[in-house]
Amino acid sequence: MTDKDQYKIRKEPFYQAQGKEVALYEAAYLARLPVMIKGPTGCGKSRFVEYMAWRLGKPLITVACNEDMTASDLVGRYILEANGTRWLDGPLTTAARIGAICYLDEIVEARQDTTVVIHPLTDHRRTLPLDKKGELIEAHPDFQMVISYNPGYQSLLKDLKQSTKQRFTAFEFDYPNAQLETGIVAKETGTDEALAAKLVKIGATARNLKGHGLDEGISTRLLVYAATLIKGGVEPRDACRMALVRPITDDADIRDTLDHAIDATFA
Amino acid sequence: MSEAPTEYEHPLMKGYREQLSCGFPQVAEVFEDCMAEALSVLSKEGINAYLEYAHFLCKMGRGVEPVLIFLEKWPSIATTLGESALPAIADFIRKMWKSPNGKAIVPFLQSLAATARRLHSQEQMQDYMNLALAFMERTTGSIHGIHTTFASPGLPEFFKQSPYLLNQVSIDGLKNWVEYGIRNYGDHPERQQDYFSLQSADSRAMLQKERHGTLLVDNERKLDLYLRGLWQTDAHFVPYSLKFDELRKPVPYYDKLGIRLPDVYDDVNGVSGLDRYRAVLAHIVGHRRWTTSIFADNYSPFQRMAIEFFEDARVEALAIREYPGLRRLFIKLHPQPIADACDPETTSCLRHRLAMLSRALLDPQHGYQDAQLLEFTQRFHAEMANSESSTEAIASLALSYVAKTRRQSDQFAKVHFDNTEVDYRDDNRHMWRFHEQSDDEEMFDDHRKIELEEEEIIGLPPRHYPEWDYNSQTYRPDWASVYEALHPKGNPADIDQLLVKHAALAKRLKRMLDLLKPQDKVRIRYQEEGSELDLDVALRSLIDFKSGATPDPRINMSHKTSGRDIAVMLLLDLSESLNEKASGSEQTILELSQEAVSLLAWAVDKLGDPFAIGGFHSNTRHDVRYLHIKGYSEHWDDEVKGRLAAMEAAYSTRMGAAMRHAAHYLQTQKADKKLMLILTDGQPSDVDTKDERLLIEDARQAVKELDQKGIYTYCINLDPKADEYVADIFGKQYTVIDNIQRLPERLPQLFIALTK
Repeated sequence: MTDKDQYKIRKEPFYQAQGKEVALYEAAYLARLPVMIKGPTGCGKSRFVEYMAWRLGKPLITVACNEDMTASDLVGRYILEANGTRWLDGPLTTAARIGAICYLDEIVEARQDTTVVIHPLTDHRRTLPLDKKGELIEAHPDFQMVISYNPGYQSLLKDLKQSTKQRFTAFEFDYPNAQLETGIVAKETGTDEALAAKLVKIGATARNLKGHGLDEGISTRLLVYAATLIKGGVEPRDACRMALVRPITDDADIRDTLDHAIDATFA
Repeated sequence: MSEAPTEYEHPLMKGYREQLSCGFPQVAEVFEDCMAEALSVLSKEGINAYLEYAHFLCKMGRGVEPVLIFLEKWPSIATTLGESALPAIADFIRKMWKSPNGKAIVPFLQSLAATARRLHSQEQMQDYMNLALAFMERTTGSIHGIHTTFASPGLPEFFKQSPYLLNQVSIDGLKNWVEYGIRNYGDHPERQQDYFSLQSADSRAMLQKERHGTLLVDNERKLDLYLRGLWQTDAHFVPYSLKFDELRKPVPYYDKLGIRLPDVYDDVNGVSGLDRYRAVLAHIVGHRRWTTSIFADNYSPFQRMAIEFFEDARVEALAIREYPGLRRLFIKLHPQPIADACDPETTSCLRHRLAMLSRALLDPQHGYQDAQLLEFTQRFHAEMANSESSTEAIASLALSYVAKTRRQSDQFAKVHFDNTEVDYRDDNRHMWRFHEQSDDEEMFDDHRKIELEEEEIIGLPPRHYPEWDYNSQTYRPDWASVYEALHPKGNPADIDQLLVKHAALAKRLKRMLDLLKPQDKVRIRYQEEGSELDLDVALRSLIDFKSGATPDPRINMSHKTSGRDIAVMLLLDLSESLNEKASGSEQTILELSQEAVSLLAWAVDKLGDPFAIGGFHSNTRHDVRYLHIKGYSEHWDDEVKGRLAAMEAAYSTRMGAAMRHAAHYLQTQKADKKLMLILTDGQPSDVDTKDERLLIEDARQAVKELDQKGIYTYCINLDPKADEYVADIFGKQYTVIDNIQRLPERLPQLFIALTK
């Protein structure tokens, strides 16, 4: 049997609720309803799931989805050993067996033919057929499915099928408001509120430019990076350029504008 | 006053007058005054030279104007350039005099003082005169073999404009500007005049290009991002020019039509032009956010001025609260008036006082000691300390300032202006409301809008593209106007018939196409890491392993999707020459092209690549026509076939402009590879271009531009003599089809080969 404890979250992750999402998630979990979390990158989706797993005391198995991922990467496959082949459970199968929360991060990155394998687990059946092995797994009563994706880079090619979407309840996340975000940056990194507020202001500048040359604004995560660098002794302007501006754009005009915003904010 | 010489005159002056010996009565009138000024600035030799040269101008037979201007202006010119500049200038004038350009002497002399002030040194002056001399020699006409009889049409205009020009551009920039004008309008007197008098659009555009400083047009996007990003607002920018208005410099302002900004800003005090624009915008946004308009009727002009200064300081303080870094920027741009620069006994100093106060409100290290200034600085900060305050509150503070500091001398007409103008601030017209709606101009404006010419719109408005001038290695800005329109429609059945005619060829093509079609999933075997176990290989490995041999670890396989991702643009030359019969054939080149394009379109449609077709021809640079035959979103249907069936040939081939236009469509396609096929039967040429190389070089430049945009250009040329130029334009990316009859067959094959 797989060691259940290794998937447990031991220490409370810091999560600042923006609304009623904690209570709503608990209600969904109580009914074991699958949950989908939408929101821009770095706004706290994964942190939220981690936090809820800790709060509920359930193990959490996270899978980062990508284009090359196949169904067997989720379900499991036969591997070859000295004496023949052996079945190895994939993360989804493991979660269903031990009763963990299975979190598929950035699900749209996986191809649509891959994502359909979660279908039987996400409706009333709560089963997972392993056709190659000839086994039908009944999901553990604690098992829950959570997926996340970023509607920001939704394109024609990358979208969930309706049949997948309609198996989930959903949360829509966004970057927290300035006050909350300041608190988050300050708490997460231990910097003072004044600095955090300045970083949040720069973040807001970039978010205003979304759709005018930026695909995505500066995420809370990047703000935390910048604060971390500054706390580590880096000059604030350099830290902001390095953590906030350079990663998100190659567009010279936008870079200039954001650099100017940094100069204007740090007098 | 003509009898003045008969009255008593100082013998010395009489001597000078004799030395000048000029009979014009107008000269006699001003002579004494001029002489007085000359005597105060010129040396003894200088005076001699001055009179001697004035004498020459007097006698040269160009009327009284030259000598008058010279007598009046030379002393001041001599102070800027030095007396020793005279021989060179005299020499230059002599050259003009000997040429048919005598008329240009007056404008030259007239502008000389202003020009000298701009140029400031004899070397620069010499450059300027050499430039003018070259200009003169190249534009003085020997039209139709009559030797130098026509005066240069542009030269007098050029001299008239030169002070303004030199204010805008350096002498090198001026050289480029003149060069462009001579080259393009050298043999066209009226246009040349227009160009050098700054009347024509490209003259202004060229000048704009040569100007120093940061141009608004180049930075509009950055400023737009600045407003959006930092201030969550947007605005329409309307540039105004600082030109001509030497006395009253226009000031930025905003109204409901947009924010008016100067078209160019030079760097100042280590603040870049771009940052100056940002400072203006920050100030204006501050007003938009925090200023409410108040009634002006009850305030005196002084009170209004004070209120404006206080309110400007207030919105800036609030903007700085938002972005502390702005303080540095504002301080660098704000003038720092010297405390006792203004004498209150003789001059109105209110403006000076307010400018100092404004500086003090902005800059904590202002260093002023004036008690009232310090008091009001403190009251201002106290007012702002806990709130945003308001325009009304700040206005009452301003009024009490005016009351407290009032001086009798504030009423004087002579106002101290030096160092008091804050040029990043707008004119605050938005701040004032008036009870009395007197002669309101807005009514007029609204009315005028309706009277817009109601021109029928046929096709799209023109797009302007630059053209490459290889002589100067520069672009001619906005040179070619491209009009795009839908191609007229014909009978789509004609095209279907053409396809039936080539059914056998189509069948062959189809086989080739099937090979090209993307096979969606491809299995990749022998992978160490893969998505699935490749059982055959795995068993083989296992057997190897069991029998003691080294097993092959590559026992997995995975799948890969392979697809084509090519966007294609076919650009058809529809110039007159297509109407000729193809050699050895009954069909015209146009008909053969039609067949070929139909087959190609059919083939590409089968393949499913995004595909567009456009045709072009031109009748001078003012009328390049781009005919839309098939767009990317259109299918290969009757609509498109109809347009193709109606294909007609006329006019000339201005290839570069058409390529640039087609590229702007292809560019927006999302595809890995972008291919532009150009089907043409001859070299680029147009009726308004005498120089054959020009359009060839332009097309070559267009190919380079497209290459930078990631567009692969390929030329299919039907001209047997194409070898002379086609490689110059397209490098190796071309095919010449000698046997035009085989075009319908070759074109799709070429395409398939290119995209394999």
